[in-house]
Amino acid sequence: MNRSIEKGVEVLIKTCGYFTSVVVVLIVFFLFKEGLSFVGSTPVEEGFSIVVSKANSAITINSVQAKDIFDSKIHNWSEISGKPDFIRLFDLDDLLEIFSPEELGADFENSEVCIRRLLDSLPGAMVVVLNAALPKDHKLHTLQLDKITLYSFLSDRQWFPTAKPVGVYGALPLLLGTLLVSIMAIILALPFGLAGAIYLAEIADNRVRNWLKPLIELLSGIPSVVYGFFGLVVIVPFVQQVFGLSVGETALSGSIVLAIMALPTIITVSEDAIRTIPSDVRQASLALGASHWQTITRVLIPYAASGISAAIILGVGRAIGETMAVLMVTGNAAIMPHGLTHPVRTIPATIAAELGEASFGGLHFKALFALGCVLFVITFVTNYIVDSISRKRKI
Amino acid sequence: MIKSIFLTFPIFILLSCGGPKNEASQSVNLKGSDTVLPLAQKTTEGFLKINPTHSITVVGGGSGTGITALMDGNADIAMSSRDLKAEEKLKFKEKGLNIQTITVGVDALAVVVHPSNKVTKLTREQIEGIFTGATKNWSEVGGDDMEIVCYSRENSSGTYEFFKEHVLDKKNYGTGVLNMPATGAIVQSISQTIGAIGYIGMAYVTPEIKTVDVSYDAGQNFYTPNFENAMNKTYPISRPLYYLYDKKIEDRLKPYLDYCLSAEGQNLVKEVGFLPVQK
Repeated sequence: MNRSIEKGVEVLIKTCGYFTSVVVVLIVFFLFKEGLSFVGSTPVEEGFSIVVSKANSAITINSVQAKDIFDSKIHNWSEISGKPDFIRLFDLDDLLEIFSPEELGADFENSEVCIRRLLDSLPGAMVVVLNAALPKDHKLHTLQLDKITLYSFLSDRQWFPTAKPVGVYGALPLLLGTLLVSIMAIILALPFGLAGAIYLAEIADNRVRNWLKPLIELLSGIPSVVYGFFGLVVIVPFVQQVFGLSVGETALSGSIVLAIMALPTIITVSEDAIRTIPSDVRQASLALGASHWQTITRVLIPYAASGISAAIILGVGRAIGETMAVLMVTGNAAIMPHGLTHPVRTIPATIAAELGEASFGGLHFKALFALGCVLFVITFVTNYIVDSISRKRKI
Repeated sequence: MIKSIFLTFPIFILLSCGGPKNEASQSVNLKGSDTVLPLAQKTTEGFLKINPTHSITVVGGGSGTGITALMDGNADIAMSSRDLKAEEKLKFKEKGLNIQTITVGVDALAVVVHPSNKVTKLTREQIEGIFTGATKNWSEVGGDDMEIVCYSRENSSGTYEFFKEHVLDKKNYGTGVLNMPATGAIVQSISQTIGAIGYIGMAYVTPEIKTVDVSYDAGQNFYTPNFENAMNKTYPISRPLYYLYDKKIEDRLKPYLDYCLSAEGQNLVKEVGFLPVQK
């Protein structure tokens, strides 16, 4: 009887284990499936075509140039290596003003003819038109746009996914913003976290430890939006005043908030690592005549290195992936980071803020998944590096 | 034995989650715009007081979120502070949904600055220059010599789209514009940043920030964003707030929608700080 229960439980645990592994693999697969399908697509808003004259369809432009055209910063074809001619923009509403409803037809049946007439009289025209308003087999020429490549996605410096009708997807400012905020957060949190852990494990007496440790652990239970609000109300004005800035929402504010959030994880995990060191090790060191401080730096920390690096991994993980708190305090301007005292936009904040808007399966949606892949790779690489370092340090 | 019960328990929970949902005919899900959210909450409260057997859930997240949810069948009504985009219309058509739109209220957007700012009025062109990044210093628009710091909503917000379309003349925001996740965060940031400018729904104006008069005719007439000007439509930056739903389930939604448009419902709309829909 007892044996069969044991067997049953064993099977159950195995199934749970397999199930979890499969789910994890599937999630990663889903992330990369959506993310990778982003590469190779053309950045035109879905369901739209940009019609130009035959001569101008020979020109290939990139998405930044397209955005500048629609923001009226580029006015002439000569600026994008075409024949000198003014670029005139038209959309469906303009067509309705130029042509009578009879000419266009009730369901835009004659749109092709009308657009052709418009292009004949104004060869520099650029007509943005809904695909649904064009006949399926139309012979109009569309504007040639550079396809998105992995390189352009990671190296372009502008992020305007909702620009119309051509989105600009350059993840470099987001990538650098994420790295800047996370690295700075870890630089701030690590010394304090380690010092806190050593204090708790080695120096503090039992009474202090007994109330301090639960208190620190409690900190990690606070929702991140609370940290974000705390950051916005306290740290942002503080940074603004200390550095005499015109804006307080900066990378530094984000790093400070993240550092505070990562502290409980780093402290508790590394404190546990230090405390679980067998007392023989500690006693042997002291018996050899090492002082308390020498024991800590030369024996205990190296011994607990793998535990401490686990703490760092968890801390970094929290910092890189943290969304809400960062979203509230870094200003989220998608510009190339100029330094710690300037606003930045991080990848998680971008995903969180924009995924709600992106239509399911659309280009913007895929771009956000591609950002997720980038984030995944960053975390994976950091974990691997820290892991391999700690393996080498093992005594 | 106890262990195995402990282990199987979560599986039961998982299974019960996957079961068919109890589709009571009176339950309604609303999702979408954070701007419409207070209005929806207020009207829902009022409606449930009269009809306690109904169940209505209201969730925010941005107009885009709501419309996506409506598309995927995760919401019965999408609250939106902007029109459907062509792309979304096509998607709805593809899915065979016949989307109905009703206007439940009107919102006016106020352009706000730090209270210590000297500037009291701006033309639409000046605002466009500021938010597209062409104008960088307050001295260019009649203020003190200090850097302009622009605060905007995130691009999932209907307010963001509306402001871009109607105030920025469809041009894109400048790269230096700071994006805040919520209107409350914009108010907080502007109140503590001297060179700040931003835009928020009129209902969110607090004494910590100052509104700016706006002109849409190149500086001939300036209008203050207040209730009267918005009601008589002289204040230019205002927009309708919509409920979108599928015609197929209109019968189920009708009691609630009728209540929202009734005199009582429209009074609540006014209470939240929006303008009632004129008939």
